[in-house]
Amino acid sequence: MVFKNIICPVCGGSCDDIQVELKDGKIDVQNACKMGNAKFQEVVSHHRILKPTIRENGKVKDVSWDEALEMAADILVNSKRPLFFLGSETSCEAQEVGLHMAEYLGGLADSNATICHGPTVMGIQESGMVGATAGQAKNRADMIVYWGVNALESMPRHMSKYGVFPRGYWTKRGRFDRTMVTVDPRVTPTAVASDLHLQLNPNSDYELLSALFTILNGREPHPSVEEITGIPISVMKQTVEMMKESNYVSIYVGLGVSSSYGKHRNIEIALNFVKEMNNYTKCNIGALRGHCNVAGFNQIASYLYGYPFGLDFGKGYPRYNPGEYTTVDVLREKDVDAAFVMSADLVNHIPADSAKYLAEIPMICLDIAPCPSTTAADVVLPGVIDAMECDGTFYRLDNVPVYFEPFTDSPFPETKSNEDTLKQLFAKIKAKKEA
Amino acid sequence: MAGTIAIKNGYVYDPLNEINGEIMDIFIKDGKVVTELSGADMKDVKEIDAKGKTVMPGGVDSHSHVAGAKVNVGRMMRPEDHYKFYQKRTPLTHSGCGYSVPSVYLGGYEYSKMGYTTVFEAAVPPMEARHTHEEMRSTPMLDMGGYLVLGNNWFLMRYLKEGDVDKAAAYISWMMKTHKTYGIKCVNPGGVENWGWGENVSALDQANIHFEVTPEEMIKSLAELNEKLGIPMPVHLHANNLGHPGCWEITRDSLKIPKNVKTKPNTDVEWAETKRNAKRHESVYLTHCQFNAFGGTSWRDFESGVKGITDYVNSNDHVVMDSGCVPFGDATVMTGDGPAIHDLYVLTGHKWSNTDVECECGSGVLPFEYLKSNPVHSSQWAMGLEVLLYVTDAWKSIMTTDSPNGGPFIKYPQVIAWLMSNKARQDTFAECHKWAQDRTGLGGETREMTLNEIAILTRANPARTIGMSYRKGTLGIGADGDVAIYNIDPKKLEVNDYESIIRGFENAAYTIKAGEVVSQMGEIVAIPEKNTFYTDIATDADDEKRMLEDVKKWFKYYTLGFNNYPTPEKYLANPTPIQVNAEK
Repeated sequence: MVFKNIICPVCGGSCDDIQVELKDGKIDVQNACKMGNAKFQEVVSHHRILKPTIRENGKVKDVSWDEALEMAADILVNSKRPLFFLGSETSCEAQEVGLHMAEYLGGLADSNATICHGPTVMGIQESGMVGATAGQAKNRADMIVYWGVNALESMPRHMSKYGVFPRGYWTKRGRFDRTMVTVDPRVTPTAVASDLHLQLNPNSDYELLSALFTILNGREPHPSVEEITGIPISVMKQTVEMMKESNYVSIYVGLGVSSSYGKHRNIEIALNFVKEMNNYTKCNIGALRGHCNVAGFNQIASYLYGYPFGLDFGKGYPRYNPGEYTTVDVLREKDVDAAFVMSADLVNHIPADSAKYLAEIPMICLDIAPCPSTTAADVVLPGVIDAMECDGTFYRLDNVPVYFEPFTDSPFPETKSNEDTLKQLFAKIKAKKEA
Repeated sequence: MAGTIAIKNGYVYDPLNEINGEIMDIFIKDGKVVTELSGADMKDVKEIDAKGKTVMPGGVDSHSHVAGAKVNVGRMMRPEDHYKFYQKRTPLTHSGCGYSVPSVYLGGYEYSKMGYTTVFEAAVPPMEARHTHEEMRSTPMLDMGGYLVLGNNWFLMRYLKEGDVDKAAAYISWMMKTHKTYGIKCVNPGGVENWGWGENVSALDQANIHFEVTPEEMIKSLAELNEKLGIPMPVHLHANNLGHPGCWEITRDSLKIPKNVKTKPNTDVEWAETKRNAKRHESVYLTHCQFNAFGGTSWRDFESGVKGITDYVNSNDHVVMDSGCVPFGDATVMTGDGPAIHDLYVLTGHKWSNTDVECECGSGVLPFEYLKSNPVHSSQWAMGLEVLLYVTDAWKSIMTTDSPNGGPFIKYPQVIAWLMSNKARQDTFAECHKWAQDRTGLGGETREMTLNEIAILTRANPARTIGMSYRKGTLGIGADGDVAIYNIDPKKLEVNDYESIIRGFENAAYTIKAGEVVSQMGEIVAIPEKNTFYTDIATDADDEKRMLEDVKKWFKYYTLGFNNYPTPEKYLANPTPIQVNAEK
């Protein structure tokens, strides 16, 4: 049977037009990009984690779901300050149960934004963000700027579905109705496909943005900025003029802005620039979010507890202080004594000091395939693949919630979804804690 | 017995039954108000002695920004709003934080502590309805629903331009079902779509840039469609030009537009017993009048324009409105009116967020602090109260702060105190900028509202206006067993001691939802079941089919596929559709 309108669970693009056919242990996927196709293959892959395991006296052994959940519950109940890393490759519904557990146990809850667009969120907290849903750019934008992001490779369908090529209401000729600018120190395929490439020196985003802001305000930037950024002031002026003369400018930022020197200050000034640009023409900015539900955690943590990431429940109420309660920092400072890691290969993505400590403390890992984190874990719970094997919610790059439905079932009779697994674990934790 | 309770000897205020402070017993069985309880029921029933206390139906807020994408933008961008205002987890309740934009658990508890049991979200952008419903589902203690933002919708503007009323009607009913929403919200008609190009509209006859529909046509058509469809509430209007000096005139002129639209709310529901007619007869429900009632021509000669609007409301019967009071202090302004918030950004330079929603609407969010030392803010404080005090018939008014725009809803007790006590107002005049005296007429107003009028403004009339009085906002037989009992003895009440009014309304002695005590003197004691209301409008199948052909064709302008557009019932807590019968 062919399933249509399936949501892709890879990047923040949340493409909702995937067509799949599952037959004889094979899966045929239409419309998805390379990354999407690879993820859909996981559903029939040979390396899927299919059995729960625990580590006993240094040896890993298969156990029943119940034993694994028991041991996981014991670890968390006996922890003074557990860290819940609720990864972005699963549904909001599963993340919500994780947040409830963190609150119940007085632990910490965090997600991928902490090592990804966290600075973007902090920049928004400084400036606010003038944004729009993706379709505004599709229908209106005649100028597109990719800043610090290689969209063609990190969100391969962004240009064709949202940004550059789509034929919108006022952009009937698609690419021909749009000017495309890329700001990137590298000559990426995205840069090559652009009408203008500002190849700035690495880590000079703040200076370039300041200079553009100065020009926008009708002043002359300091001449030293040419050497610092590697961009002639005349080109900067031309860029600002192009923006002012456009009807609708849409800017997309990536980790190149939020993770180069300056971090959230880069984002802050970019957002301020966009705010001011709206006095001249319509201008929006948005982040290209990496994982399918990295935006979702920010949303649900904010509405359930008030803060978008790095929440500490140690005092019985949510507290937020990036740099103190955030994953990398609590691990580096050895400030937690157990960890629950869901749908994110955390060990692989944090600094060595933090990863080393994470491997030392009792860790429970819920994931679909083996990775450094599952290897270092004391309990491994097999993951169910969202958008393929169960329903739920992702938040797209522009914070539009997308409801996904499965085309097949969970391979495990013991659980229907990661949400279900977490609920079972939470029930055990409550039973132990209240006994 | 769950949901069964006897409330004895309280001073009861049930304006829809013309009960004005009589000492009465209220009985609730299985969550509904009944005439009496049988001997068997009385044996093990919970009995509350309300002697010397004020008993009202549970509070109903018909316009509050509590759930959805823009509220969450406010939460996410304002950690400074949260860190001083928080609540710890208890064995029964979740923790939370946020002063003007509280997290959902905290928001639900805070409403309940004040005796509120029903809250309607003021604006639901269709494409983000799933988000609004997720948040409403997670909000405890309250029955809820939301209004669908339609005043700048491409499909509707196109149908109105083409004059295809039948398809427009079919579209609205389909959208209500698709996104499980309750009524029509019209925000700055024409202006928000123009904001897609960085523009606005400033006059009722100024056509939208592309769709060439004027605000006047939008308001008129939406009001007519609303009645053609039999929707329980009037069209909910946020008028053009909001927040600009002199905007009161366009507001008054907007109210004139639906004057002759005949109202026909038509729902298949069982009505609780009420003496007064519990059905609305208004064809327009204006929201946050204060923000739409600015006088003068600039910030220099700014003054109150409230009287121009209230004079019109006093002499016409087709308008009902909520106030949008300003109780001073921290607020977060948030609205579907994107260009209005841009103007506030230009004015203040604060951090500013904006989200335009493709083919549908927009929104803006900005932190705001109302200062007693600021001339305009002080005038706004006075104007919010003028809106309510100048309208002679309380059945035309609803008390809100347009939370969190004027201030957070937790300030309602303070607003009630100002309405009930002239001394409270005079004491505030003494503390705030003299413009409050000079540029508004509040100083000369001596009216002091009664508890009965407060009951009208905070439960009976909001419920009646939005068509929920068949079960909310009254203690008539058959109504929901939602009750608020306040530690206020009407016989001993001294309005000059207005602090006692604030204390009384801040923490209800008991909040009862569906016959169960859920909060008691500021403490949450039970988490009840909740309902989510939406309208299920029956329309002509042929019209719907023809309309859907258009919609599918135009769906290429969305970035979400037609099949993934709807909001499934899964996102609602106890989905409760209300059957609505459209005109044949």
